[in-house]
Amino acid sequence: MTTLELLSEAVASGKSKDAKALVQRALDEGTAPVEIVDRALVPAMASVGEQFKNNLIFVPEMLIAARAMKEAMSLLEPKLLAAGITPKYTAVIGTVQGDLHDIGKNLVAIMWKGANFRVIDLGTNVSPAKFVAAVVEHKAQLVGLSALLTTTMPAIVETVKAIRGGVGQAVKIMVGGAPVTQQFADEIGADGYAPDAGSAVDRAQALVGAA
Amino acid sequence: MNTSAIPAGETIPGDGSASVQSVAKANFGVSVPLKFRELAIPRADDLLFGTAPRPLVTRHGLRIGGGMVYPELNFTLPTMDVSAATMPLVARHYREIISDALRRAGELEVPGVVIEFETVPPMTATPAFGLEIVNILLEGMEAARQSHGLRSALRMTPNDNREFARPPVMRSGEYWERMVELFEGSAEAGAELLSIESVGGKELHDEALMNCDLGQVIFSQCVLGVRDMAFLWERLCVIARAHGAVGAGDTACGFGNTAMVLAEQKMIPRVFAAVVRAISAVRTLVCYEHGAVGPGKDCGYENPILKAITGRPMAMEGKTAACAHLSPLGNIAAAYADTWSNESVQNIKLLGGMAPTCYLEQLAYDCRLMNRALGEGRESALTLRRWLVDSDAGLDPQAWILTPESVIAIATAIVDAPDHYRAGLAAARCALRRLKEAHAGGRLKIVPRELGFLDSMERQLDELPDAEGDFIEQQMALADPAKYLPEEYGL
Repeated sequence: MTTLELLSEAVASGKSKDAKALVQRALDEGTAPVEIVDRALVPAMASVGEQFKNNLIFVPEMLIAARAMKEAMSLLEPKLLAAGITPKYTAVIGTVQGDLHDIGKNLVAIMWKGANFRVIDLGTNVSPAKFVAAVVEHKAQLVGLSALLTTTMPAIVETVKAIRGGVGQAVKIMVGGAPVTQQFADEIGADGYAPDAGSAVDRAQALVGAA
Repeated sequence: MNTSAIPAGETIPGDGSASVQSVAKANFGVSVPLKFRELAIPRADDLLFGTAPRPLVTRHGLRIGGGMVYPELNFTLPTMDVSAATMPLVARHYREIISDALRRAGELEVPGVVIEFETVPPMTATPAFGLEIVNILLEGMEAARQSHGLRSALRMTPNDNREFARPPVMRSGEYWERMVELFEGSAEAGAELLSIESVGGKELHDEALMNCDLGQVIFSQCVLGVRDMAFLWERLCVIARAHGAVGAGDTACGFGNTAMVLAEQKMIPRVFAAVVRAISAVRTLVCYEHGAVGPGKDCGYENPILKAITGRPMAMEGKTAACAHLSPLGNIAAAYADTWSNESVQNIKLLGGMAPTCYLEQLAYDCRLMNRALGEGRESALTLRRWLVDSDAGLDPQAWILTPESVIAIATAIVDAPDHYRAGLAAARCALRRLKEAHAGGRLKIVPRELGFLDSMERQLDELPDAEGDFIEQQMALADPAKYLPEEYGL
């Protein structure tokens, strides 16, 4: 197996120390940082995401892989930044105003990061104005809005309106959460809906043109 | 002041003279021994729906746990905002819900009903909103009593808004004060059963679930949660006593049910959720140590364990709560119910009528069946219990730990432990052992990809220290300091 194949396997199986050592080996062999990301790390997380989506692994197993990727990236990020290379797509994500539920939102953020999105996580109880400001500041191509309560779904509507009012159609908006449906997404003018974290990656990539 | 609810078994702890402020400086930073040292129900065959050694008699004569199961109806709004502008519409929803559901209850001749009002966050943040609905519900309940003799009691469950501050501020501040104000106002208005789904420790627990980290689960629940509930329930029971109400009970909803729902969504293993449930009994037990008298909150699927320990009546929910969340406990939960609940349903139109009314009817028929079995005598009741238990138990680890024998085993492990930390540890070990034995004996189905987690959980438990002080030190070093404030838990 090549170093990049070994690295991919180490990340997928959550072996952080091995992953870091293999990144160093790949760099020593002269592999470009961006190539390490594109050919080893992103495919590894894509494979993990696929296994999760197909109910072959659980979240903790996915999180171990995500930590291994983070370890690997800790060696690569300074070099990528120095070379002016950043992830192609930026996503802003948060739970809307009045709502504190964030397990699903956090999972989506992790999976988007695994798919090599730069993810700005605004946390919970986020006002429409804060979403708009973050989209502008980070030049995001994608926004993810989450809510769990029927009484906070109207905050999704308000946030979509604020984003459309602030930046128009320049950013794609995805919505999700237990009471949210595709019909609701369509009615409020969101661009996408995902019923779970696994499918949120595919939908996000399709929306920004990365699929 | 209202006529007091009378706990039939024993008096409520405390003399009622303390104020919320006077207990504000109690120190919960040190380990406190468990107050319950033996089981109120030591035999599995005595764990039964509609029957509790310490029943609660309400103002209008519902004898909860006294030989009958009552429906407990809960409802919420359809998709809409709650604000000053929308309150007239919100009020109209609740007025329609209570009059329509109780009319149907009267038609079905239910012997009594508990109504739960669980607020959404804006109703706790602005107590006037919540109190307006309390009064609407009480008026509707009184009208039903006068028009067709329907006896009822109102359970008031303010949403615990303290986690709106991040990290959560648990013992002071705007969120705490508004919540206390709503409890006070509700009890004064006539809400009889005070309850809460408290959130102490949840700020670390969610991540612990996602990582299947039992150390952090026990730290969140049996160290942080226990300390928060001791602080909280001392105060809630002061409020209850001041207004002739009772502290009914809490629930580990944000802990055990979050785990259960994540397991349903195949995000975490069911065996892990089962062990989390056993641990959660230690956390919820604290409300009874500090004066709660039941019925325990409906969504506490750990309630059978607490019934065995405390002898207090318990609300349960199962198949008729599928409107709120799915679960693998639809039948088995009913085996222990003293009130039988639907958790929550939106006020939307179904073909049969408005959803809360339809659910009232479902609950009423379930209760009729259980009460018929009770009426025929112990043998019939135990037969129905066996069907309720056996139809679920072998299909899911979370159901298996709720068999009467598992409940007694876990409850015994808890009361035999010297403190809450070691009770959590003992509950986890006991649940694990029960799962392994049942699976090995072919009585419990566990899917192959979950089997490895049984051993990994055991290894995690083996690595935890014996002494609570050492455990706290160990886990504080692992917890994300940005997510919680140790001083809010007296640490």
